[in-house]
Amino acid sequence: MAIWLTKDSKVIVQGMTGSEGSKHTRRMLAAGTTVVGGVNPRKAGTTVDFDGAELPVFASVADAMKETGADVTVIFVPPQFTKAAVVEAIDAGIDLAVVITEGVPVHDTAAFWAYNVAQGERTRIIGPNCPGIASPGASNAGIIPADITGSGRIGLVSKSGTLTYQMMYELRDIGFSTCVGIGGDPIIGTTHIDALAAFEADPDTDAIVMIGEIGGDAEERAAEFIKANVTKPVVGYIAGFTAPPGKTMGHAGAIISGSAGTADAKKEALEAVGVKVGKTPTETAKLMREIMSNR
Amino acid sequence: MDLYEYQGRDLFERHGLPVLAGGVATTPEEARAIAERLGGRVVVKAQVKVGGRGKAGGVKLAEGAEETVARATDILGMDIKGHTVHKVMITVTADVAEEYYFSYLLDRANRTFLCIASVAGGMDIEAVAAETPEKVVKAPIDANTGVDEAKAREIVTAAGFPAEVADQIVDVAVGLWQAFVAEDATLVEVNPLATTKDGKLLLLDAKVTLDENAGFRHPDHEALVDQASVDPLEQAAKSKDLNYVKLDGEVGIIGNGAGLVMSTLDVVAYAGERHGGVKPANFLDIGGGASAEVMANGLEIVLSDPSVRSVFVNVFGGITACDAVANGIVQALALLEQRGEKATKPLVVRLDGNNAEEGRAILDGAANPLIQRVDTMDGAAERAAELAAAGV
Repeated sequence: MAIWLTKDSKVIVQGMTGSEGSKHTRRMLAAGTTVVGGVNPRKAGTTVDFDGAELPVFASVADAMKETGADVTVIFVPPQFTKAAVVEAIDAGIDLAVVITEGVPVHDTAAFWAYNVAQGERTRIIGPNCPGIASPGASNAGIIPADITGSGRIGLVSKSGTLTYQMMYELRDIGFSTCVGIGGDPIIGTTHIDALAAFEADPDTDAIVMIGEIGGDAEERAAEFIKANVTKPVVGYIAGFTAPPGKTMGHAGAIISGSAGTADAKKEALEAVGVKVGKTPTETAKLMREIMSNR
Repeated sequence: MDLYEYQGRDLFERHGLPVLAGGVATTPEEARAIAERLGGRVVVKAQVKVGGRGKAGGVKLAEGAEETVARATDILGMDIKGHTVHKVMITVTADVAEEYYFSYLLDRANRTFLCIASVAGGMDIEAVAAETPEKVVKAPIDANTGVDEAKAREIVTAAGFPAEVADQIVDVAVGLWQAFVAEDATLVEVNPLATTKDGKLLLLDAKVTLDENAGFRHPDHEALVDQASVDPLEQAAKSKDLNYVKLDGEVGIIGNGAGLVMSTLDVVAYAGERHGGVKPANFLDIGGGASAEVMANGLEIVLSDPSVRSVFVNVFGGITACDAVANGIVQALALLEQRGEKATKPLVVRLDGNNAEEGRAILDGAANPLIQRVDTMDGAAERAAELAAAGV
């Protein structure tokens, strides 16, 4: 088992015929993901060959779901079209929409999130600007490399892509139940708290690594949530201890403004609720290793 | 992107919001022309993206053109908290009766937008909120339904604005929301939103932040970038689509992925504490699928920073294959040599992940004395800091 994405997940790709979409569809298939088709209204009715696997292209997410029983969509469309693609996925009532696209205007993300809330939050949205979700050995929806680690009993939730990979690599001998990259944008669909709650409830996850970065107060809120709701051990890492205020560090959300959002404030909040916070990714992995070896 | 006050004022004016007549000047002579056009008493305000300019002497009243020129001469070139004043905004004055606060902003925690309104304007809203929270209204705004007249009236009533200005504030609240959406802003803040003694409402200050991700919808926003204040290296990096931020240390940093690069800055700063206090010289994210060419461009930018004494290339090959990165490093060094700009600073390279073995073999094969391979992130940071501390 795993959270949100399992070996039974049937995945479609919005933007499968584009260059990023097709590259990563091929990789997802190679990782053992059950990709059942793509969506592109202009190419509906055609198929795309992925090393022998002929994947059908549908006119809409709703059509694809009807024909294939898909319950997950991975969205690779350019930023200009991302809002429409997500709204389409919400309208079709799909369970999980993973939005990989980087550079989505925040008004668009706010709009599709508000729309999702108005529809009763039937669809779980991960991203935008995220690497996706991987349940090693079962399924992989997004761009997380599948060969870093195998399955195991650690859950991982992270704002950052490559830091996710780094942590998976550091702990590859232990393995992960699910790794979720929630993205570094100011507004995101799935938060640290959502992932913590799901890992807490997942019988196949024993401990959780949480990776945050400067900006906002998501980590502080996660700390409050952990105090009240999480019994499994949690290890944390925060990137950006030495980042100067007022400079945006790559992720649109990674900026310290005023006194809020510093790495130190986040570290203190997490440590106050018993989360061990590593100074570097390697030290964080070591903290998790100690927890897992004492089980 | 944060706008200057005058740019915010112009933006409000374009959206039909009531602002004071004025203009912006970069020289005393331009200030004279504006003062002559406006006539009478004016206020001359330093244009800097930092608070507290009034206290620093950056805001002055002037009567007539001659005095305006004198005040503009005083203020232009002034240093306010490390920001040099290159422009002054000159507006007519207003006979202010009351000062309020009004803003729309992104509310990350609730994944929506927020309106903050207060009858206690003109000062630091965070202090007002801390000391007299009952005077500050925070109203969540649904991104899809926005602020119509009914919603605006709800906010105005909740904030307790006086009845005689309520209708005017409702109009401003709706107009300001429309501007916020139309311009893809993440912040529009008016402090003060003022009433004049003859009962008019005016937006007397403008703090606006625009979303750079929405640039494709706003070709006109490009012109708002203050080229003079952009670091030349940051500009060169941007023209090559590289995500580079200049910092003030000695260890050049190149990595892939924003989070990993931020983490690299931290690890280098920690290592620097043991090596004479050297610090990261920059943030440079070459992105998820970086090619050899991108690597070469990045290395060129980092090496052209004269304060850099060593470079740490920290790559975790996820989608990026480490052999491509290794080739990029080798090619970049060759390219720089061809251009007669032979690199002389040591490069510490850490490659892990996808095709790491192949990448390491390429580096070893190149046998370039400048390249030092260290295979852990913490170890490589230590080495890069040590080299920077030893370098001249």
